[in-house]
Amino acid sequence: MEITVAQLKRGQKGIIKEFADDILPIKLLELGCLPGNQVELVQVAPLKDPIYINVNGSHIAIRRSMAALIQLEIIEEDTVR
Amino acid sequence: MSKQINVALIGNPNTGKTSVFNQLTGLKQKVGNYPGITVEKKEGVCKLPRGVKAHILDLPGTYSLNTTSLDESVAVELLLNKNDKDHPDVAVVISDVENLKRNLLLFTQIKDLRIPAILVINMADRMTRTGISLDIPLLEEKLDTKIALVSTRKGTGIDRLKELISEYKTLSRNPNVDTTVIEPSYFERLKETFPNQDLYKLWLVITQDVNFMPIEKMLIKDSSSFTTKSKSELKRLQQKETILRYQFINGILKETYKIDIAAAKGFRASLDKILTHKIFGYLIFFVILLSIFQAIYDWSGYPQAIIETFFASASEWVKNTLPPGVFTNLIAEGVLSGIGGIVVFVPQIAFLFLFISLLEETGYMSRVVFLMDKLMRPFGLSGKSVVPLISGTACAIPAVMATRTIENWKERLITILVTPFTTCSARLPVYLIIIALVIPKGRFLGLNYQGLTLMLLYLIGFGAAILAAMVLNRILKIKSRSFFVVEMPNYKLPLFKNVVFTVWEKTKSFVVGAGKIILAIAIILWFLGSNGISDNFKNAEEIVEKRIASEGLSDFNRSNIESGLVAYNEALRDSVQNEVYRIDAAAIADSLQQRKEALFETAKNQEISSFKLENSYMGYMGKAIEPIVKPLGYDWKIGIAVLTSFAAREVFVGTLATIYSVGSDEENTDTITQRMAAEVDPTTKKPIFNLASGISLLLFYAFAMQCMSTLAVVKRETNSWKWPTAQLVFMSTFAYLVALIAYQVLK
Repeated sequence: MEITVAQLKRGQKGIIKEFADDILPIKLLELGCLPGNQVELVQVAPLKDPIYINVNGSHIAIRRSMAALIQLEIIEEDTVR
Repeated sequence: MSKQINVALIGNPNTGKTSVFNQLTGLKQKVGNYPGITVEKKEGVCKLPRGVKAHILDLPGTYSLNTTSLDESVAVELLLNKNDKDHPDVAVVISDVENLKRNLLLFTQIKDLRIPAILVINMADRMTRTGISLDIPLLEEKLDTKIALVSTRKGTGIDRLKELISEYKTLSRNPNVDTTVIEPSYFERLKETFPNQDLYKLWLVITQDVNFMPIEKMLIKDSSSFTTKSKSELKRLQQKETILRYQFINGILKETYKIDIAAAKGFRASLDKILTHKIFGYLIFFVILLSIFQAIYDWSGYPQAIIETFFASASEWVKNTLPPGVFTNLIAEGVLSGIGGIVVFVPQIAFLFLFISLLEETGYMSRVVFLMDKLMRPFGLSGKSVVPLISGTACAIPAVMATRTIENWKERLITILVTPFTTCSARLPVYLIIIALVIPKGRFLGLNYQGLTLMLLYLIGFGAAILAAMVLNRILKIKSRSFFVVEMPNYKLPLFKNVVFTVWEKTKSFVVGAGKIILAIAIILWFLGSNGISDNFKNAEEIVEKRIASEGLSDFNRSNIESGLVAYNEALRDSVQNEVYRIDAAAIADSLQQRKEALFETAKNQEISSFKLENSYMGYMGKAIEPIVKPLGYDWKIGIAVLTSFAAREVFVGTLATIYSVGSDEENTDTITQRMAAEVDPTTKKPIFNLASGISLLLFYAFAMQCMSTLAVVKRETNSWKWPTAQLVFMSTFAYLVALIAYQVLK
């Protein structure tokens, strides 16, 4: 199944797919947001935005608008707790 | 002087870099700024084995050498510029054991610059709890470096680090990663154009975002045989570089780093669940803020009383010890009371900084940013704006600097512009004295009016900030890409040493900064108030004596003397009745007469000095601005106080103290308050400080931009005079209008 980070449910994980060159700020890449790395949605802010993810061992918060740019391949379906 | 080893500490934010710095240098550190910019420069000296000394520089935290902010570019510039006097002989890269992978990105970049680098793996004490095991010798071999496994919490590993620093010459200078493989042809051309330069260094210079090393950059642009790439091409290459580095790092960590996933979770996850919960999250945040403000008021009272007493007796001591004269008066009345006026607020400021640094050290501040982001966005602010707005309650200066973490320029600019609306600690003395004067002491639903008024003023400040942000969001036409990345660090127990250092540094710079301004203003004011050219000023004594002879003393002084005499008479009578003294009626009358004369003399002197003040330089200036402040309900004395407090708000109380020439032996707030309460408008015969003028003053101070230091910082941070000027004009005009309306309505 293909979705973006913005569509993840809490506890769900996915692998980042290749993305276009220019869409993400370099800072996000440095924090580990790179193709092939695993993303887990840790927590969603009370007003649904921003979201709090664990990517490649880095815990970071990003806004939904940016999360929607990161395409994923889902690896686990049953982890919604 | 023997040569010191230059050491630069560099690392990601939240890796405990500052803790390592504190462990290495102890108290032998100083905090300043890099020349020309407001980036904090922390340096210190460390004694190494065998009598060698090291100069330690704590560079601003950065995730990589691809800079996006001024702070980060300071770090990179220093690493690149071999001619800089602080250019490191050895770089100590701080990483933390839980985020080693990400931290190593920066490490490999530094290695590639061929600077000898030591890797510090901090928070070693957390390894067992988080289920991590490391093969240090293999890691050292793979990364071609030396590693110090450190726990700043337990103080272990620091000796090993010192040992490694002193042996820095044995470290390898070979790079980790060959960057040129990301586009060989490009780097080939680079090499042809600049045969003598290090390729990776050139690459960094080319790709920097900020205004960075203009000369070298120019050199590259001017070189005709070389065509620069477009921005997006460069970005693509940077991305390739990052991927390349992570491949290298992942390969190494696979062999050396083991983590037991089950052990790693737990505590952090459950705490996150509560602290960012949709109801409890906000509730906890609110309770924390509330307890902070409560604590600041409750805990500061006692030390403040001690400080007040100390300055009062110091002033007394100066008067009694130094020979009487102009200079003594200047010290005792101008300087000491001015400085005392600011030192009194040190406890409150220190507590505020204490709590803010606790919030940051524990990792809670990031959760606040996360919670608040969506709420702040409609106002053109970011979740990260909450941090400046909170720390603005201590002082707008560090708050404006704290906006640097906001990536989006528009959000950052709006935050900078509205932060001065939050009630900073310098407004507090003004609020306290006026509230004591005009707000009745009664209670409403168990809450006292004065406390409620103060809270209301804080809310007004925040409200004004939010509203102004909303307006600015509409007006400002700045296009900048929305971009919001916040690291959520793991929760930590704050390190006592770090907190103490932060509080000490911040408080010290506040006192020194404000102290300088107050000192200067106190001296100028004192000069202007005690000199004059008019005949009235020169012949003040004769004129006032003549007036008293014909019209008697002023109403205030007359009633003051009467009540003083009544009290004295009663005390005397009681003593006689209780047979403390055995004196007859004639002696009592005599003693009363003497008392009366003494009181009369004091009152006369007071009237002379206030007449002198009215005819001094300051008096003329005050009279000149009176038409402007009159509609707000202020007399010329308040006008002068308001005018001087455009340098710094806290000057207000000091100025009034000087102007009202309160009896010099009773220099405390109570008598200033009493004197202020007794001020009467000469034409209407009503008190000057009444509800209408008091509220008008409170509102004026709530909104006006009265702080030169803040304006200077805003100028630096926005790099133009346009924004601070706009701030000054807009905020002050707004304050004037609101105060005007308030007075005219309430009058």
